[in-house]
Amino acid sequence: METIIEKSLEEAFEEKIANEVRIEPKDWMPEQYRKTLVRQISQHAHSEIVGMLPEGNWITRAPSLKRKAILLSKVQDEAGHGLYLYSAAETLGTSRDQMIADLHSGKAKYSSIFNYPTLSWADIGAIGWLVDGAAIMNQVPLIRTSYGPYARAMVRVCKEESFHQRQGFEIMMTLCNGAPAQKKMAQEAFNRWWWPTLMMFGPKDEESPNTEQSMRWKIKRFTNDELRQRFVDMMVPQAEFLGLTVPDKDLKWNEAKNGYDFGDVDWEEFWNVVKGNGPCNKDRISTRVKAHEEGAWVREAALAHAQKRAQREAEKQGS
Amino acid sequence: MSQQKEWPLWEVFIRSKQGLDHKHVGSLHAADAEMAIQNARDVYTRRMEGVSIWVVESRNVHASNPDEAAAFFDPANDKVYRHPTFYEVPAEIKNM
Repeated sequence: METIIEKSLEEAFEEKIANEVRIEPKDWMPEQYRKTLVRQISQHAHSEIVGMLPEGNWITRAPSLKRKAILLSKVQDEAGHGLYLYSAAETLGTSRDQMIADLHSGKAKYSSIFNYPTLSWADIGAIGWLVDGAAIMNQVPLIRTSYGPYARAMVRVCKEESFHQRQGFEIMMTLCNGAPAQKKMAQEAFNRWWWPTLMMFGPKDEESPNTEQSMRWKIKRFTNDELRQRFVDMMVPQAEFLGLTVPDKDLKWNEAKNGYDFGDVDWEEFWNVVKGNGPCNKDRISTRVKAHEEGAWVREAALAHAQKRAQREAEKQGS
Repeated sequence: MSQQKEWPLWEVFIRSKQGLDHKHVGSLHAADAEMAIQNARDVYTRRMEGVSIWVVESRNVHASNPDEAAAFFDPANDKVYRHPTFYEVPAEIKNM
């Protein structure tokens, strides 16, 4: 009896997926679908939160008040994006505390891109232009992802993300139109961020174990390699406009496929950073843990204050 | 560790401009209602998306059961006569 009910529930779920009907929090869903989503959404949220660190580094050193205000605003947006996504993951039954504990223990991953250092102001430009550009490429299809709360969070994120990319491009443009030393700074930052940005799309399709199932469930709409190709095709003309050289000797226009051929990502480096051995992995997590621990008394005090006030209110009503 | 440590969850509703309904936009954690409203301002209205905010603690929201949606909403299924298009109006009749 139970298996018959289970089967009809699964059929109803599959039918919704096939008909592009969004899945909502209280709907029945296969356990593996739930798990995949919790993993992907929390990983996405963690990336937004950890992503604040490399840029936050430069807030006090921004070259003008205007740039400082813009960067502050961008970093604040990233915090907001993290919150939208944590909330979306919580609708699947996981708790905020659990997700944060998993990030801090290293059990949960975040985008490896944030394990690279921001050495000069040009890195802030390169991050906005390249990293946020790649994030948009990844996120726009997620607006149509099959889980409702995730899709709705992505609508908000994508609306805000395009300012991030444009401000980064503007920083790069200013540097590229500046003195030779500034142009050199821009090129060096571009060299540093190009390959790690291509890694953001994840492993090659044949080495991405989750892709096939995620595509069937319409969590993902395009494969890693498809998105990576689109990104290269979009960015090369922009780099040319800036007068920057793409650090890839194999980059070549391919008329037949109407896209660029490009060199292979250093996958050894990719897996190495994923495993925790990138230039900043330890630093990022220890900064996060420190902020969380040092803020604990604020969270506890706020809760104690709220409880005390509620209690006083109840006593007043009672008397 | 046994006492509650996580701030409660709140649902956030925003009126984007005067004359429109408050609409659900998402949720957040806060210690109390006042903090929930302030956090909602910072999280959901950074680009002037709202002129008014409601917050409701999530545990106070009661919902219909999606597993019973078919039966629950069934009474409306066979009542097409509730829609104006059900009725035939002669072409000569204007303004109806």
